[in-house]
Amino acid sequence: MMRAILLILGLLSCSLLSPLPVRADDSAALLSRLATDNYGDIESGITALASSGLAGSEIILNALADGRLSYRPSDKALFIKDASGAWMEAATNATPASVPMGLKPVKVNNRVRRALEAALGSMTLMSPDPLKRIAAADAVFKSRDANTLAALDAVISKEADATVKRHFEDARAAVLMLKSDAPEADRVAAANTLGARGDQDSLALLSSVTEANAPANVVASASLAAKGIERRLALLSTAQNAWYGLSLGSVLLLAAIGLAITFGVMGIINMAHGEMVMLGAYTTFVVQEFIRAKAPSLFDWSLPIAIPLAFCVSGLVGLLIERLIIRHLYGRPLETLLATWGVSLVLQQAVRSIFGANNREVGAPSYMTGVWDLGGFQITYGRLWIIVFSLAVFLALLVVMKGTSLGLRMRAVIQNRRMAAAMGIRTPVIDALTFALGSGVAGIAGVALSQIDNVSPNLGQSYIIDSFLVVVFGGVGNLWGTLLGALSLGLANKFLEPLAGAVLGKIVLLAIIILFIQRRPRGLFALKGRAVES
Amino acid sequence: MIAFLFRRFDKTATGFILALALIAVLVPVFNLVVSETSAFHIPNYLVALWGKYLSYALLAVALDLVWGYCGILSLGHGAFFALGGYAMGMYLMRQIGARGVYANPILPDFMVFLNWKELPYTWYFFDHFAYAALMVVLVPSLLALVFGWFAFRSRVTGVYLSIITQSLTYALLLAFFRNDMGFGGNNGLTDFKDIVGASIQSPSTRAALFALTAVFLALGFLVARALVTSRFGQVLAAIRDAESRTRFLGYRVEHYKLLVFVVSAAMAGIAGALYVPQVGIINPSEFAPANSIEAVIWVAVGGRGTLVGAAIGAVLVNFAKTWLTGTSPEFWLYGLGALFILVTLFLPKGIVGALAARFGQRGEGDAA
Amino acid sequence: MNPDLTDSILYLDAVSVSFDGFRALNDLSLVVGRGELRAIIGPNGAGKTTMMDVVTGKTRPDNGTVVFDGSTDLTAMDEAAIAALGIGRKFQKPTVFDGQTVEDNLLLALEGPRSAVSSLFGWRSRVAVEQVLDVLAIVRLGDLRAKLAGSLSHGQKQWLEIGMLLAQNPKLLLVDEPVAGMTDAETEETARLLTSIAGDHAVVVVEHDMSFVRTLNCKVTCLHEGSVLAEGSIDLVSANDRVIDVYLGR
Repeated sequence: MMRAILLILGLLSCSLLSPLPVRADDSAALLSRLATDNYGDIESGITALASSGLAGSEIILNALADGRLSYRPSDKALFIKDASGAWMEAATNATPASVPMGLKPVKVNNRVRRALEAALGSMTLMSPDPLKRIAAADAVFKSRDANTLAALDAVISKEADATVKRHFEDARAAVLMLKSDAPEADRVAAANTLGARGDQDSLALLSSVTEANAPANVVASASLAAKGIERRLALLSTAQNAWYGLSLGSVLLLAAIGLAITFGVMGIINMAHGEMVMLGAYTTFVVQEFIRAKAPSLFDWSLPIAIPLAFCVSGLVGLLIERLIIRHLYGRPLETLLATWGVSLVLQQAVRSIFGANNREVGAPSYMTGVWDLGGFQITYGRLWIIVFSLAVFLALLVVMKGTSLGLRMRAVIQNRRMAAAMGIRTPVIDALTFALGSGVAGIAGVALSQIDNVSPNLGQSYIIDSFLVVVFGGVGNLWGTLLGALSLGLANKFLEPLAGAVLGKIVLLAIIILFIQRRPRGLFALKGRAVES
Repeated sequence: MIAFLFRRFDKTATGFILALALIAVLVPVFNLVVSETSAFHIPNYLVALWGKYLSYALLAVALDLVWGYCGILSLGHGAFFALGGYAMGMYLMRQIGARGVYANPILPDFMVFLNWKELPYTWYFFDHFAYAALMVVLVPSLLALVFGWFAFRSRVTGVYLSIITQSLTYALLLAFFRNDMGFGGNNGLTDFKDIVGASIQSPSTRAALFALTAVFLALGFLVARALVTSRFGQVLAAIRDAESRTRFLGYRVEHYKLLVFVVSAAMAGIAGALYVPQVGIINPSEFAPANSIEAVIWVAVGGRGTLVGAAIGAVLVNFAKTWLTGTSPEFWLYGLGALFILVTLFLPKGIVGALAARFGQRGEGDAA
Repeated sequence: MNPDLTDSILYLDAVSVSFDGFRALNDLSLVVGRGELRAIIGPNGAGKTTMMDVVTGKTRPDNGTVVFDGSTDLTAMDEAAIAALGIGRKFQKPTVFDGQTVEDNLLLALEGPRSAVSSLFGWRSRVAVEQVLDVLAIVRLGDLRAKLAGSLSHGQKQWLEIGMLLAQNPKLLLVDEPVAGMTDAETEETARLLTSIAGDHAVVVVEHDMSFVRTLNCKVTCLHEGSVLAEGSIDLVSANDRVIDVYLGR
């Protein structure tokens, strides 16, 4: 049943597309126009054949293009040599009874070749496959061959598919735009059509319209359309930059968010924070290896499984660090910095010993791959998920800090340790749990970062300075500040990059932050008052 | 001047200066005079290696001056060291002259390779040793002056200062990796031939460089010591212990910090300049934040606020590094990491500080 | 010219400071004459310490005028510049340099050049040491001269800080809770000391100890919620109904 419908549809479209039913004797006359050695005749013959809609004309023209077309001077019959070297009569598609004798090849010079190419281009304009028609239209758009104009006009009037029709019209506009003998009104209309198409190619074409090749009226509308495209493209690139910036910002947020707890809230300088992130990434790797070995069908679940595990692994390591080292160093931030730097070296070397120094391959689940195209504005699913994920982690943390009794006790201990202790809160336990929470969140960040960065023992090192800058920039002790700090640094970075280049942009940004911290040493959201001093 | 340098001398300082004078003489003698077959002969490679240790020791003294005595934990002192090193490296590059691979009498090889036609203005005059020597001191000092002026004036202190000094050296690391900065990019500066007319490879030059490094370490130590035992040092310690109180007594804290930071940066620059001819290369990795923080642990191991301890710590840690990376490379990072942890936890005053406490002497940082 | 301004050592007019919406000082106006001894009382949070912070340059006022010695605007100056003008301060919590000896603490405070370059030379001149010995005698810490300041008791630290103020020889002394942690005898001694130095120097004392304030026998200002509630003799102020309500209690 389906097949029958398709067949009918196919037939219908074929009959719609064939411009004129060509009668048999007309077709013989058409074909005979190619059977000559006069280039002018051959050229006009090609154009006539192409617009005739005669079945098989495409095969004939292709054969001519490949040098496989010959004619018998005696009766002006055309013959095509196929790949195996056998002859075939062009008019009937039949194999001749005997090998034809005295054939002369139809010769081609440059003018003929151009006509041929245009003809073939316009022939595919009539292809039953809409994708092929679009491809043909785009080819014409690029070649801007005036010879195809007639064919284009013909197909535009018959085209039913709106998308294909738009491509046809764009192609026609491209042809008309630089065709000096086209009517002025048509060329103005062409400028508008190209302006509406609005891509880089249209812009280049519109910009090439000058007083030298067009009347003032046309030039004016072309430059107007070009300006419109430029605006659109600028907007698009701004949007794209903003998107990349947002994406980088979310990565920074992920990297810094654990630090916002351990450094921002507790005031502990944990130089091993990057290594907590790295441990999370390696946890992801181990989970994926396990799934690949035991249950490959669960691969898409590897990240959801890795998230709680990474939280536990990094959280546990954080707990150990706090209990064994950091708690002996409370109130001595510079010593804490040095000791945790030592921890980071040990952790890096441990991972290097276990997993090797090389990058480890962490795969992307199906929902993390692919691109979503919004009219030239491209969104990769991986980045999209990371943005969503980082915001989710941020909100979850906010809820934990503001909405749970653990969070309440954490804030109490941080604000006034002795008072909290006097009220029966066991401050060492809260310290350890808070630090473990911050470390665990870093581990979660590692799961996400394993998707976009090399999983190597040095993974954490590349984030530690950025993370500290984000937290300091955003304002210590303020989770919202960290969010804003991360996003604004991400955006600033991506908008500086096109101006100054990637590395220089980074340097400029570092310089700006250094200056900023010096102007406002306590960040965007500084706490004021006497409490800060003590 | 001499009196200024040597006043208020004690046993430790005298011992340290004498020890330096001794090795400045003995090492070259055992290297050059004693026959190679003798058991007492010091091979050439050891002279260069120990020379490297001594230049590190000078960096450590510079770092101790700001950290131990003024509480400024700079995690970017490697930047000053590297800048001094680059200034020296640029002089050495220009001494190569037409003996480079591309035999260009003016342009260093890497510039010819990058198709540069003219010497960048940053490289002018570096063929004169005096100019290069001036830059060795001037460039790090100037950077320290500008950076410190901003930082100290806006009262960035403690870990915040540490983090931005780390960012400073990180930014310089990125910058020096770029080819168009004109400092050799990734590969840095190397293949040196001569220094002030003498072949850089010859044992006598090496021995002379070693002795010179020992002399500069002694000078750096004396300058640092003179600073910290003066009224200036008293104010530094006051700033370290109670910065805002010092302000209320009418002291311009930022000026004191700036002065000591600039002196320290200049010292670090000189250390870098002594380091480069002895190791034969300077590249952007010298700016790596990890290098600067490693220098901090030398000071911590030896004992901050003791100067002598900083120098001893630098030599000890680097000796251990050479030894461990030679025998079991992967163990070095464990060892270094453990050193950071154990020293801060169990030896906060460092070796010299602990010894001083043991033998009833107060650390020099406490008072003088 | 306003005679209040020209005759004053310290002149505060309509000074306001707020931290995150909390108004620590609210249109505070206060005039201290040259050589005057003034006691400031008031409940916690009345703005006493903030007032000292504003005068010494630790906190910038949001608006208002702060003039020293009839002519110098303090609002645009930093702590070091203000201290160099001749304003000395003793903190509520005694703040001395724990890592240095008692003598060195006094040497650091001793009146003299403060610039970094000058500090490279001239340390412990004979004159300086004699001046320090004088101060040590006044604050009775002569025996502890070579001890580390960190090893002193709370009361001894109070004395050391008062000694540092004396060594500084300022025109105006701001003394925040000087007798906390002192014995009764020491409290009396402090009162005597402060009264004796007033005249040559202006002294502003913040204290909660009412009997101590009474022995000072001077003009008293009571602050409340960042502005002056009452001012006058101790008897006048302590009889004021509102002072009794907010501070002294019935």
